[in-house]
Amino acid sequence: MTDRKVVVRIERSDPARWEEFHVEYRPNANVISVLMQIQRNPVTADGKKTSPPVWDAACLEEVCGSCTMNINGKVRQACSALIDQLTQPITLQPMKKFPLVRDLAVDREKMFNALKRIHGWIPVDGTYDLGPGPRQAQEDQEINYVLSTCMTCGCCLEVCPQVGPTTAFIGAAAISQARLFNNHPTGKMNADERLRALMGPGGVTDCGKAANCAQACPKGIPLTSSIAEMARATTRQALKDWFFRDERKGGAGPAG
Amino acid sequence: MPERYIVVGGGLAGLMTVIKLAEAGKHVDVFSIVPVKRSHSVCAQGGINGAVNTKGEGDHPDIHVKDTLKGGDFLAEQPPVKGMCYAAPHIIYLLDRMGVPFNRTSEGLLDFRRFGGTLHNRTAFAGASTGQQLLYALDEQVRRHEAEGLVRKYEYWEYLSFVKDETGACRGIVAVDLRTMEIQAFPADAVCLATGGPGIVYGRSTNSTINTGSANGRSYMDGAIYANAEFIQVHPTAIPGEDKHRLMSESARGEGGRIWVPKKKGDTRIGKDIPENERWYFLEEKYPHYGNLVPRDVGSREIFSVVKDLGMGVGGEDVVYLDVSHIPAATLDRKLGGIMEIYEKFQGVDPRHNPMKIFPAVHYSMGGLWVDYEADAKGNLLKDSPRQQTTNIPGLYAAGECDFGYHGANRLGANSLLSCIYGGMICGPAMINYAKNAAPKKGDVPQALLGGARQYWVERFNTIMKMDGPENPYVIGQQMGEMMVKAATVVKHNPQLDEALTRLQEFKDRWKRCNVLDTGRTLNQGVTYVNQLWNMLEIAHLILKCSRLRDESRGSHYKPEFTLPKVEQGKKPAEDPVFMKAWQDRNEKWLRNSMSTWTPDGPRVEFQKLKSLDNPILAPEPRHYD
Repeated sequence: MTDRKVVVRIERSDPARWEEFHVEYRPNANVISVLMQIQRNPVTADGKKTSPPVWDAACLEEVCGSCTMNINGKVRQACSALIDQLTQPITLQPMKKFPLVRDLAVDREKMFNALKRIHGWIPVDGTYDLGPGPRQAQEDQEINYVLSTCMTCGCCLEVCPQVGPTTAFIGAAAISQARLFNNHPTGKMNADERLRALMGPGGVTDCGKAANCAQACPKGIPLTSSIAEMARATTRQALKDWFFRDERKGGAGPAG
Repeated sequence: MPERYIVVGGGLAGLMTVIKLAEAGKHVDVFSIVPVKRSHSVCAQGGINGAVNTKGEGDHPDIHVKDTLKGGDFLAEQPPVKGMCYAAPHIIYLLDRMGVPFNRTSEGLLDFRRFGGTLHNRTAFAGASTGQQLLYALDEQVRRHEAEGLVRKYEYWEYLSFVKDETGACRGIVAVDLRTMEIQAFPADAVCLATGGPGIVYGRSTNSTINTGSANGRSYMDGAIYANAEFIQVHPTAIPGEDKHRLMSESARGEGGRIWVPKKKGDTRIGKDIPENERWYFLEEKYPHYGNLVPRDVGSREIFSVVKDLGMGVGGEDVVYLDVSHIPAATLDRKLGGIMEIYEKFQGVDPRHNPMKIFPAVHYSMGGLWVDYEADAKGNLLKDSPRQQTTNIPGLYAAGECDFGYHGANRLGANSLLSCIYGGMICGPAMINYAKNAAPKKGDVPQALLGGARQYWVERFNTIMKMDGPENPYVIGQQMGEMMVKAATVVKHNPQLDEALTRLQEFKDRWKRCNVLDTGRTLNQGVTYVNQLWNMLEIAHLILKCSRLRDESRGSHYKPEFTLPKVEQGKKPAEDPVFMKAWQDRNEKWLRNSMSTWTPDGPRVEFQKLKSLDNPILAPEPRHYD
């Protein structure tokens, strides 16, 4: 057992290069624990000292979304990537659809900005004591709960052919969040704002229906259903806006 | 000039503070080392407590107060606990209004479940990822205020220290942009630290990698008092792992999960093949009323004893079974889905049909920065008083796990989400009151003060950047963690603590011979880790020193040499005069907060009586659960 090794190849930046590491095999290891082993002994397979690779991490339970990267070419969280289930050599690469910060760390700020665009919140009157919220059926809770487990990890954007350096597509995560808030009894009251935010350039019609997103989602969120539902709803909203255009005075514009 | 506010930390406590400030129309700068949506609050699983009493059990906030105080063996100041428990039903309703997908009853009302240390169904929950869902709700509200222009986020920025003026007041903070490594000083009239707990001091725990306690450690070094450091909660049920120990929520037991080991020592059969009558449900046997839902410190000690003293761990290993396989799979998915998936994903075994292998792991710090409160004679907190949640440093506040309030010697399950949100709710208004009425020269912090504070950190980081010694800081961190787990978790012994204190000094010496490992100018994690590591060593020092000094057993702090006598068989504690005498003597000496002040030679610790015990809401009583 002691001479069993884990072979891992990491795509690094500044300067761009690949580095290979051999670390001692340990039962129950995952990509994070291997990266931690490298931190404690940052020496490449050919004996060269290097700086420890840089990566993002926080919860290590697949609920925060931080440690998302491409592992053997597939985008996923490094914490739930168990060494025993991976083919070696294991390759680690940063996500490619987001600006690179360093090594395996990228900048996913555009996903949080997208949540601003779609008005991803319930507009409560305040944090004062206003009594209970609206009653909801357990069935509805079950649908919304799944939608609400989205951790903004970016897997759905990474695999989407419509997302690229020159495209504006907002991506499945934000569209699905619009659905979440529009399903809520209070959120429904300003559903039109969110739908208008999904119209126009980069909006829901930019989806190419490749359906990669739902497959890549680590939380099993039905992203293609969310997109289909929001596409139908935005069409209805667009018609409604056109028919009642004289009654609409200003209101929230297309991009909110 | 308008007042300026800073909140450090974007978990539940920090975000609730931000919301309270923004709702009052204040501009807030919020600093977080990760995008706030990725804060450690996401890891909380089981739920949030509030005596809403929807199950006809006669539950009441007063009973919640009693359970919380007793759960913490009366080492919590009482008025804040009362305020929290009374606010709890409203907090749950507020979260519901914000859109948290709480589980529902058939009538569409909020559902509640059982948790440890209480006999009532008091815990509202959203599957088994309640913390994640609560954090997202607050994150969404903060985003709304951000879109309105009231909140400015500094994500991927790390707090380095607060800025102290010549009067000793806090006038802002110094922080580093982790991506560009640029260091800046930010002025403020009031600062809230909501920077979480120090679990990473123990290496592997149930905590996120970001929970270094570094901000607390540094603030303590700069003069903030740290209280009750010795009280570290060890959660009874976690999956042991290489990178971290993953929590298996107490809600698994709240929904009927049972803890057992095979009756036959070293039984080699797999769990599900062992028949019912050959299983030892040791918690149910010893605690017929509370069963598997005894408080966490009690549960962890019992599991420890079965494994370490009796050698009855499953297969001779350091694990026991947590079994939910008798509960229908559909119910498990609906109520515990999140943790079922975690076990399956990380262990490759389906817990719906196999008992889970678990073991206690470091989970939560009851101790933290000392914070004050102000209450009337009846123990009700004064609304908006600037003393709520304030540290001993004027203008510096603390809320959430990073403060020491609310939980005493042991925290009850599902009270942490509550204390974080409640702390934030009263912290925001307190900061406003202070900034408007008490802060020196509001909004106007001398440039020289800010410049000097910044310069200190620029130089310190330059020094760290040049460290090229033989020691790998991550190795020091790992070894410190192993030492801490051995010396200061479930069972503590003075000789071991003395030895650990000696070793701690060696770690501090080794730190000075660290190699920074990285000279990059972008996202240099080596530099920030070396800086954090020193602050972690300071927290470790606090935990060890206070553990060594407290010669008693209370809540999570357990020294076998210093325990109360057993109550005479068949009697209640109050009926046994020998026990009661020992209990009273112990309280006289030790029902006190350990208050630590930093000195260059290590913590100066004083044990101070709780101020609310002069006129308690509830007189302390012996803490018995059998």
